[in-house]
Amino acid sequence: MSIKLMMDDKEISVDEDVTLLDAARENGIDIPTICFHEATTSNALCRICVVEVDGQRVLQPACIVKAGASMKVQTRSEKVVRARRTILEMLASTMDLSDAPEIQQMMVEYGASSNRFPDAQRRESEVRDDNPMYVRDYSKCLLCWRCVQVCAEDAQYTYAINFDGRGYETQIGTFFERTIPQTTCVLCGQCVGVCPTGALKPKREYLLEQGLSPQEISVLNMGRKRRSKVTGQKSE
Amino acid sequence: MIQPDHITTTICPYCGVGCTLQLHVKDDFIYKVTSPFDSPVNHGNLCVKGRFGYDYVYHPKRVTTPLIRKTKQEAGKRTQAFDLSEWREAAWDEALDYAADRLVEIYKRDGSDAMAVYCCAKATNEDNYLLQKMYRALFRTNNVDHCTRLCHAGSVVALQQAIGSSAMSNTASQVILNDVFIVTGSNTSENHPIIALQMKEAVQKHGAKMIVVDPRRIDLVDMAEMWLPLKPGTNVPLFSAMAHVIVKEELVNWDFVNSRTEGFDEFIASLEKFTPEYAEEISGVPADDICRAARLYARAKNAAIYWGMGISQLSHGTASALALIHLAFLTGHIGRDGTGLNPLRGQNNVQGASDMGAMPFHYPGYMGVDKPENRAKWEKTWNIEEGGLSLKPGLTTTEILSHAHEGGIRSLFIMGENPMMSEPNLNETRKHMEQLEFLVAQDIFINESGAFADVFLPATPFAEKDGTFSNTDRRVQRVRAAHNPRGDARPDWRIICDLARRIESRLGRATAKWDYTHPEQILREMAGVNSDYAGITYERIDKVGLIYPVPTMDHPGTPTLFTESFPRGRGKFHVLDYVPVREEPDDEYPFILTTGRLLEHWHGGTMTRNSALNESYPEARVEIHPADAEIHGIRNGSPVKVQSRRGEVVMRAAVTEKTSVGVIFIPWHFAEAAANLLTNDALDPQAKIPEFKACAVQVFPAREKDLPNPGAVLERGRY
Repeated sequence: MSIKLMMDDKEISVDEDVTLLDAARENGIDIPTICFHEATTSNALCRICVVEVDGQRVLQPACIVKAGASMKVQTRSEKVVRARRTILEMLASTMDLSDAPEIQQMMVEYGASSNRFPDAQRRESEVRDDNPMYVRDYSKCLLCWRCVQVCAEDAQYTYAINFDGRGYETQIGTFFERTIPQTTCVLCGQCVGVCPTGALKPKREYLLEQGLSPQEISVLNMGRKRRSKVTGQKSE
Repeated sequence: MIQPDHITTTICPYCGVGCTLQLHVKDDFIYKVTSPFDSPVNHGNLCVKGRFGYDYVYHPKRVTTPLIRKTKQEAGKRTQAFDLSEWREAAWDEALDYAADRLVEIYKRDGSDAMAVYCCAKATNEDNYLLQKMYRALFRTNNVDHCTRLCHAGSVVALQQAIGSSAMSNTASQVILNDVFIVTGSNTSENHPIIALQMKEAVQKHGAKMIVVDPRRIDLVDMAEMWLPLKPGTNVPLFSAMAHVIVKEELVNWDFVNSRTEGFDEFIASLEKFTPEYAEEISGVPADDICRAARLYARAKNAAIYWGMGISQLSHGTASALALIHLAFLTGHIGRDGTGLNPLRGQNNVQGASDMGAMPFHYPGYMGVDKPENRAKWEKTWNIEEGGLSLKPGLTTTEILSHAHEGGIRSLFIMGENPMMSEPNLNETRKHMEQLEFLVAQDIFINESGAFADVFLPATPFAEKDGTFSNTDRRVQRVRAAHNPRGDARPDWRIICDLARRIESRLGRATAKWDYTHPEQILREMAGVNSDYAGITYERIDKVGLIYPVPTMDHPGTPTLFTESFPRGRGKFHVLDYVPVREEPDDEYPFILTTGRLLEHWHGGTMTRNSALNESYPEARVEIHPADAEIHGIRNGSPVKVQSRRGEVVMRAAVTEKTSVGVIFIPWHFAEAAANLLTNDALDPQAKIPEFKACAVQVFPAREKDLPNPGAVLERGRY
């Protein structure tokens, strides 16, 4: 059954049970997303997709709120734009967005300043290079939850990673801080495939960025002992 | 951030699932693999091999120049040369002329029966079509086979006998439509990881009930409604007992049996002895569990069976598969969406290589070589005089090698296969390889088999060629080159054309046509005779593959087979007997050895042992049950010698309840501890598939220094 609602002062008609985000996209209205992914369950974590709904006290995340008959929705009201700008500024103040061109683009679009909170403490983290397939750099992690979801019921049913810590200390981690090879991880890289900010990256892409040549990277296949010659890392 | 020069969409070169890959290329180097979330087979999900296991393409040991052995090899004294110093580099012309001269010399002297070829389930449809064409059209022999013989030959023969077709009846993605499904002889999570995800989804999100029938407590058991841990090689009594229960408890779908099958009366009489109690005695699975599984399967609205090597790799592999087929016939769980008989095909293109006629009994399209009317069609297509092609069925993979002797097979062409890892009883295989007079290897690495060759022709891996693969769903999908071949390597189809032209001119034959400029022309030539592929063009499969049969240019493909009838008309019940495995345990060799595969590795290891995958799983481990380990003084991680009547290997133990008491498991990927040194080369009489899944062995504690590579230690939490 279809329902009618107002979005940005335009009457639209959508199927019952769709989200406000789907309703907008079906009707050519752009709502930005960061943590949303079509292949994972939506959890409204990043709040960048918030919209203003008449009669609701606070802004509503479009990725999970269902379209309702006769709803009046504003997707670009001043309140919405201010909220999105603030979210982007807070992200930029605490994490490394260098591998997230889409978010950088959003910052330009919303006039967000990366210096709005100069005293903010950045979430720094060492690059974790503990398995042959991918590296983890949680300085670039915005805690969108996608990696945890695809490792669990959204794809892999492997449950190797989860949220670790509380509040500001929250980080994606393994149980008992084990290295990836010591967990249940099957190295499928589904997590790498859905990471929006380059916090998870294929090992070979990472090494190429570090300035290694394709030939040097290929030699790494020859075994652990030879790795030291190329990267200068301690031989295991 | 690295910006790719381009992104190439292609198909994964590993298992038969056929996942879509996007290869991100910078400076002719793939640095990242992704998969689109709207991909039809895998919905964006990949396994470790698909996402990260492509790096063998760039491995320093890859051979990219034609090579000729420095020391002339003689029959009986042939040796392996792994080191490049034993070879000299040659120009393509020299290597191809040399191969053509020697092959033609042997053919002129000893005739068609001296010639044989192994096609390759890793190569494209086009490559395989051309290689069988070369041997059939030029050397007039049907000694053409490939590794399907070692994998689903039992299933193929059984399905041909009972149904008249030998592919999966339904697509794997239909598993979410199943109410009940049986997974047997398949460690799906490791061997078809993306299908396993869909099975898990079916259970977790769609309420399906999964019945796992397997000697090992595989990963899927965690989500199964029932696990029936049968003794290896006891499929026939177990599944026949399920049929017995279905008949006795009147759960038979009579409409289906009466309208779609034949041979029921004799079959039902033969079922009498297969009581659940009898099956319990033989298989070790409690009779009550057999009854419950039978009821679950028979009473379901939609039920399907998925099976793997545990059914077919037995000296009674054909009978095992027939026992499964009977369950579908009795209940009518075939011919509708969400049902079916589904042998999960192993290789990326084993379905396609079989479709292309890379088998001794069939031309492309499963057209029997012994029928003059089939021969006539291919003679016309290949410009051959009437009656020129051979009506004599050829030798199978295993027979080709066992016939390598004076008066038998004298020359062998191997494209991409590795019999020195994949054949059973490898010590015997070695003797046969030594007997060859001339051997050509066309591959990307000098593997255990290529090391025996006289001439090595460097081919290209999937990332450097165009063509098509046909996956386990019968989905024909486009394979695309991400960059130019490394060094002087050439795509297989080009090498075959260049060699065939040389052979043809030396034989003075009218040309069978080898002047293709693009692989699509090869596919179209084949599709002109093989009606399953008649409506498939590169243009039609540019974005999404087509599921054959595709009989016409506007046909949308056929995901579900047998909706109205079977290719042979009525489905045929067969009378089965329980035949034990050829070598049962005894006092001297008290354990049953069963072999299989690992998530991180692929078959003979030519690709994955030359990849970072090897770092994630660097050594073979023998799985042994804690109770058995204690009796034999074996600890987890301690070295163990495993011995059979045919050979012995040393590796570390994995003491685990994943395997049952009395059964040990070894993965067969590791050349330095090759499980196939131990396995039994007893063959199924019809399918000629060897009994990889059960032989008798003994275990002994060994010393650290006996290990072939003590430095390689598996450090993974999940194993």
